[in-house]
Amino acid sequence: MTEYVIRFFIGGFAVSTFALLADVFRPKSFAGLFSAAPSIALATLAIAFWKDGPAYAALEGRSMMIGSLALCLYSIAVCQLMKRYEFSALVATVASLIVWTSAALGGKWLLLG
Amino acid sequence: MNIRVKLSALRETRWHEYLIRFVLGGLATVGTGAIASLFGPETGGLFLAFPAIFCASATLVEKHERERKEEAGLLGTRRGKEAAALDAAGAALGSIGLLTFGAAIWLLAHQSSWLALLVASAVWFLTSVLLWSIRRWIWA
Repeated sequence: MTEYVIRFFIGGFAVSTFALLADVFRPKSFAGLFSAAPSIALATLAIAFWKDGPAYAALEGRSMMIGSLALCLYSIAVCQLMKRYEFSALVATVASLIVWTSAALGGKWLLLG
Repeated sequence: MNIRVKLSALRETRWHEYLIRFVLGGLATVGTGAIASLFGPETGGLFLAFPAIFCASATLVEKHERERKEEAGLLGTRRGKEAAALDAAGAALGSIGLLTFGAAIWLLAHQSSWLALLVASAVWFLTSVLLWSIRRWIWA
């Protein structure tokens, strides 16, 4: 239980810090880089190194590469839904989650089995 | 357009919006840990690149841009969507940086934990900025 409380605060802090950077940087396309910052990854991997060891963290890092490709496809889908079809940000980001889920799980199945 | 810092943008975000991001970030980190515990690090690792707060961030970008235009007496709906779409385009580049972050952790994890995290963060930042610069140079 204590571990999850620690995770919550470290994750909340990391995400808020990168979101703050995204708020203050201009132009918006540059600020968007911080929307794909490794905030949750930094918090989770720091705990993984400490609790489960380097082999566990290395496996998470390898899978994260597949998740990142899925995030790239997701971001492109969100961008296109808003620019071409004028979806609201809320609808575009929620609808595109199917792209991330399919790409991440499909990629893992194809590459890692 | 040069990179600049606009500190006044911090005033546009209300305290409850900061709180929402903190709670979502915390919950996403707890969720990622729980998934890794249940299904192992290979599945858990995928969720290190899950767009957990993307929805809240993009909605805020759209709302703030729309409000700014409406304060100037203009219809800001379209501008809001364009700003959020630009943010998503930046995130697509940032996600390639995130891929290099994962690769650095994978390759360096057995050397030293702090070195791996430090190098991975630097690689993420440099790759993202490099890709953003190339994109700007091509489209300029």
